[in-house]
Amino acid sequence: MAKIIGGVTTSHIPAVGNAISDGVTQEHYWKRFFDGYQPVHAWLDEKKPDVIIVVYNDHGLNFFLDKAPTFAIGCADQYENADEGWGLKPTAPFTGDAQFSWHLAESLIEQEFDMCTCQEMLVDHGFVNPVRVLYGDHEHWPVKTIPLAVNTVQHPLPSAKRCFKLGQALKQAIESYPEDINVAVVGTGGMSHQLQGERAGIIDVDYDLACMDSVINDPAWFYNQSNAEIIEKAGTEGIETIMWLVMRGALGDKVNCLHKHYHAPISNTGAGVLLLEAADE
Amino acid sequence: MVWQAHDYDDIPGTYVFDGQRAHSSYALNKLFYSFNTEACRKEFDADPAAYCDKFGLSPEHKQLVVEQDFLGILRAGTNIYYLAKFCVPRGVTVQDAGAAFQGISGDEFRETLLKKREGLEERLAQEGGYWNG
Repeated sequence: MAKIIGGVTTSHIPAVGNAISDGVTQEHYWKRFFDGYQPVHAWLDEKKPDVIIVVYNDHGLNFFLDKAPTFAIGCADQYENADEGWGLKPTAPFTGDAQFSWHLAESLIEQEFDMCTCQEMLVDHGFVNPVRVLYGDHEHWPVKTIPLAVNTVQHPLPSAKRCFKLGQALKQAIESYPEDINVAVVGTGGMSHQLQGERAGIIDVDYDLACMDSVINDPAWFYNQSNAEIIEKAGTEGIETIMWLVMRGALGDKVNCLHKHYHAPISNTGAGVLLLEAADE
Repeated sequence: MVWQAHDYDDIPGTYVFDGQRAHSSYALNKLFYSFNTEACRKEFDADPAAYCDKFGLSPEHKQLVVEQDFLGILRAGTNIYYLAKFCVPRGVTVQDAGAAFQGISGDEFRETLLKKREGLEERLAQEGGYWNG
């Protein structure tokens, strides 16, 4: 049977991808941020997950605002990156696992999470940069990937609690897949930031650290907040940190935190890295 | 017909991209979304006003786009991720766009952000358990 071997959180902002492309990850501004991934790299190298499920939001590449699915899952053999309007060179295509994806979709929908299934899905920086920061750049990616998109752009958004419950359903979906594969779930985005309005530029370090602690030890503290409460603290774009709760829900009641790292500012954001494994029950 | 009030409406300096804004800025966002395709970017550059007409922009919104009034475009309810497809290739970053709301320069905006770095290690040490090299 498929097994969830762990969960990771990471930023997905465009600047992270640019820093990798420009080869500046060891320059002063970036060094502490990127170095904080080393324990995650070592863990991935040791555990070698067969598939990673990347929970992210699309920023106007695959989905336009004409149709904004709350939850969407890639169900294809391959996912391509593409120009987001800035003329950046797309990465190599990502290998999916269509059979596994369709199983996940069936199980999630049986569990009353009515996913939008995508047989074609362009993946934008929200998906690509987490994979790049975890694995480096490759012409042939060393891991299969499944994109799971959450609408954090056009309100109404799902609540933090709904994201956590999706994670719980995802755990059941993964663990009911008959193939012996190891799966890691990656929650991306955040942390606090606001890009527009007079309040643009907020970073709330205390709130970010409280969210990180909550994701590890007490997810209810985070998921019992309304989206308005989260936006008030974390900003209009910082709300995307609710996607971490999908990852956390998939790990079960208790987790062991193998690594935690926080840095600010990265571009406009606070950036948090967690590496979690399910604790023995 | 009335737009429903929300509990996030009262957060100062904050405009949540909800149905009301998405509805009023739909054509603007659709025009910027088209910039994912290089051919569309070229078509726009050749005749911005005609391109706005093609997307059915109101005269007010058309003027904002033709004049590259990025702050005005945001104030019209456009989503920042869609504006980015227009402003970033023209040398105006998302940070510059955010700074414009406060009437400060992008550099001043970035300086303010960099202050968040001060005392960070000490704060994390106080929290405990954080990686620090």
